[in-house]
Amino acid sequence: MIATGSVHSWDVATAVDGPGTRFVLFLSGCPLRCLYCHNPDTWHMRDGHRTTVDEVAGEMAKFRRFIEVAGGGMTISGGEPLLQPDFTASVLRRAKELGLHTALDTSGFLGARATDELLADTDLVLLDIKSWDPVTYRRVTGGEVAPTLEFARRLSAMRKPMWIRFVLVPGHTDAVDNVEGIASFVSTLDTVERVEVLPFHKLGAPKYAALGIPFPLDDVPTPDAVLLERVRRQFSDRGLRTH
Amino acid sequence: MRPGTVIEAPAQDFAWRGFRAGHWRDAIDVRDFIQANYSPYDGDAAFLTGPTPRTTAVWNRLTGMFAEERARGVHDVDAHTPSSITAHAPGYIDREHELVVGLQTDAPLKRAIMPQGGLRIVESGLKTYGYELDPQVREIFTRYRKTHNDGVFDAYTAEILRARKAGIITGLPDAYGRGRIIGDYRRVPLYGVDRLIEAKRDERAALDELWSTEDVIREREELAEQIRALGELRQMAASYGYDISGPAGTGREALQWLYFAYLAAVKEQNGAAMSLGRTSTFLDVYLQRDLDEGRLTEREAQELVDDLVIKLRIVRFLRTPEYDQLFSGDPTWVTESIGGMGSDGRPLVTRTSFRFLQTLYNLGPAPEPNLTVLWSPRLPEGFKRFCAKVSIDTSSIQYENDELIRPRFSDDTAIACCVSAMRVGEQMQLFGARVNLAKALLYAVNGGRDEISGVQVTPPFPPITSEYLDYDEVRAAFDRTTDWLAKTYVEALNIIHAMHDKYAYERIEMALHDHPVERLLGCGIAGLSVVADSLSAIRHARVRVVRDESGLAVDYVVEGDFPKYGNNDDRADAIAVDLVESFMSKVRRHPAHRGAVHTQSVLTITSNVVYGKHTGNTPDGRRAGEPFAPGANPMNGRDRHGLVAAALSVAKLPYDQAQDGISLTASITPTGLGRTPDEQVTNLVGVLDAYTDAGGFHLNANVLDRETLLDAMAHPENHPQLTIRVSGYAVNFVRLTPEQQRDVINRTFHESL
Repeated sequence: MIATGSVHSWDVATAVDGPGTRFVLFLSGCPLRCLYCHNPDTWHMRDGHRTTVDEVAGEMAKFRRFIEVAGGGMTISGGEPLLQPDFTASVLRRAKELGLHTALDTSGFLGARATDELLADTDLVLLDIKSWDPVTYRRVTGGEVAPTLEFARRLSAMRKPMWIRFVLVPGHTDAVDNVEGIASFVSTLDTVERVEVLPFHKLGAPKYAALGIPFPLDDVPTPDAVLLERVRRQFSDRGLRTH
Repeated sequence: MRPGTVIEAPAQDFAWRGFRAGHWRDAIDVRDFIQANYSPYDGDAAFLTGPTPRTTAVWNRLTGMFAEERARGVHDVDAHTPSSITAHAPGYIDREHELVVGLQTDAPLKRAIMPQGGLRIVESGLKTYGYELDPQVREIFTRYRKTHNDGVFDAYTAEILRARKAGIITGLPDAYGRGRIIGDYRRVPLYGVDRLIEAKRDERAALDELWSTEDVIREREELAEQIRALGELRQMAASYGYDISGPAGTGREALQWLYFAYLAAVKEQNGAAMSLGRTSTFLDVYLQRDLDEGRLTEREAQELVDDLVIKLRIVRFLRTPEYDQLFSGDPTWVTESIGGMGSDGRPLVTRTSFRFLQTLYNLGPAPEPNLTVLWSPRLPEGFKRFCAKVSIDTSSIQYENDELIRPRFSDDTAIACCVSAMRVGEQMQLFGARVNLAKALLYAVNGGRDEISGVQVTPPFPPITSEYLDYDEVRAAFDRTTDWLAKTYVEALNIIHAMHDKYAYERIEMALHDHPVERLLGCGIAGLSVVADSLSAIRHARVRVVRDESGLAVDYVVEGDFPKYGNNDDRADAIAVDLVESFMSKVRRHPAHRGAVHTQSVLTITSNVVYGKHTGNTPDGRRAGEPFAPGANPMNGRDRHGLVAAALSVAKLPYDQAQDGISLTASITPTGLGRTPDEQVTNLVGVLDAYTDAGGFHLNANVLDRETLLDAMAHPENHPQLTIRVSGYAVNFVRLTPEQQRDVINRTFHESL
């Protein structure tokens, strides 16, 4: 067990990263470089705060009662939490010991690093499938899609509940076939509780400015209602509960 | 209470038909009547009905007038008639179609003058809107009749005047009506005026046994005035064609009698807050009886409630720009407390609790009446979900913790104004506005000199001269400063309330209270988060003082980071807790007017903007002139872990040391509550349950997009009914000053809860 990790920040939020009101821990470091990333400040592990599992557990404990009454749990997010699999496993373990519902928010790119023990302490996986077409996936994220798909199949086989998330970026991820590929794949999984189509937004742009990095999608519009509806329908037509 | 005799009049037999008997028949005891006769409702909102064409037509007649009122500031003023219960002829919106009648003057939205409070305020209010005070009225209230305002300034000490001028004690009700008194308006429908007069005569007669000291003489005179006011109430109702000497016999009469009683109060007093009380479940007894008897349909019951609420939405007072700066948007705080649990474990939720909330759909969102839900996790699920839905759709309701209020007051307690709890008909408040604690901290550093004017406001003491502030030294100086502040403050309040009792006594409101009444001295503090963060900076970082050539500390440079209030971090939150506790204990040291019980609130209303404007740079890094956070909120942008963390910091403030209420205002975007309407409702209910469970007292829940507010600033004409909750009340956003609009928009907007 690793007792410290690189943590970007935490907050308590409702309805963003999993069901109900949740303590959300953002870890630092991510192997992908998604063009639309709204948290460029979480890319590098070296930029995080060295934080012990005890410190995280102490913060979570302060909110346990509130979360218990309000309904919700904790989510470990990032960055990419599976870049620090041992720390992530320890945090999830402590959260379970506190009686919290747990969620793992991941791209699945490093899904192979998630041990069965880690997943046993995870009640829900928020899995980002950023694209279906491998070329698109590579262009948008800088990585490969295959590990994510493999991870999804593994989760399905082990009966782990999943929420699939897809970020809709006009001109980048919105091709009908690209969406169709994901929808078709997702419908083969047995444990998907919902699909969230997240419209691309530019709220992260000021962070790029602060870091002195150009925001690659500066001139990309946010999706309009028609596009959003079309894409959601591509999922819901396959019987998937889609938001 | 008094042991009374039951008058067996036939009219009363009809009026009380079918009611379960109890103590309420023998004495004035509305709570007992409710407990014996109400029908709790634990279902959902499906039974509710929409507006009738009649309701819509009456409301539309007014909405046209609102536009004109907004443009001019007032619709009209009667500058000739000092208001009283009977001063104005009857007025109507649409006589043929109103179900509940009565207006403050002879026309809707026409404001009255109430010079007993202070003539200068009346003159200034009139002048602002282009009216001239009737010279005869001026002569009466200068030559023959003294006002409350005159009386106060005759008795203020030099020290109070300095503190008032410097703005360390502000917003004092020394020139306007103190408000925050809730008559038990339910007594009028339940008993009729004659029975109430009889009870008051008995109370008055009991005083004959006592030796005539000044106190006893005053009480006898007040009771005589109360009896006179009840007579005027009867007369005013008669002018509208209603004989309210006996009890109400139907639901419609119950609403009408109750409204006449409230109307008498707002004809007589321009109180800062003129709250209604806790009437919905009481009225439900009558509406339910009519429904059971087949006299009324649900549609008609809702229509009656809608019509009453239309009346409550058009209560108006003539006020001045200075007043509006403190309490902007023309609030009247017609606060109605809804829901809560009974001490026997039954929820005090009835169908009429739902009907009151439904008016926000039938008439559209509105700031008044100030609908206040007394929240308990034990409330029926259907009601909780409906409240959350109404919040999400209208941002028009506020929540107060019934689990804190009920054990300390009773299950027949209502909120006056924003957050002030009082047992209906048994307690009243002596309203005391608030002191500026942030300024007190700056005085502590400067030996009692004002950081802006340089004037010595407190008795002189040695200023702090070190380059870097030392926590213990600052804390000790602050302690000394607030000793002085608490004393000066309570003394000012005693003077104000002695004069208010003398020159602007609330005759009809007090006639609807028991005698003797229990008084609460409502003190208050502003700038809590500024001081907590400043002390945290001094303790956990290094704060260097910048002084001008006269040695006055005018700025502070913070070196390093420090824990901030609003992040559920005890290092900062404990400082805030200590500030609340210590100021309360200082206030308690000074005897209050007529034996009042000292309380305090952490509430600013919209005055956080004006307090900030008059306060220099503070050691937390806040710039001079920047607004304070409202109420007990953390400072803008310093709550970095979301609303829940901020709410848990606020929930640590001890209600027992701030029983006049602790206010938290939060704005959430709809998508931050959930992806679907159902999920949004579930999550808001969960958060309200958890905040209540954590001991949080009050929550203003706004569910809005920042873009909507920006659009409303640019195009007010498109958003006439956009309502937003500020500290303790709601306002039409478009009626705030641009400065206050910016403050609301700049405040932390939680993209998610």
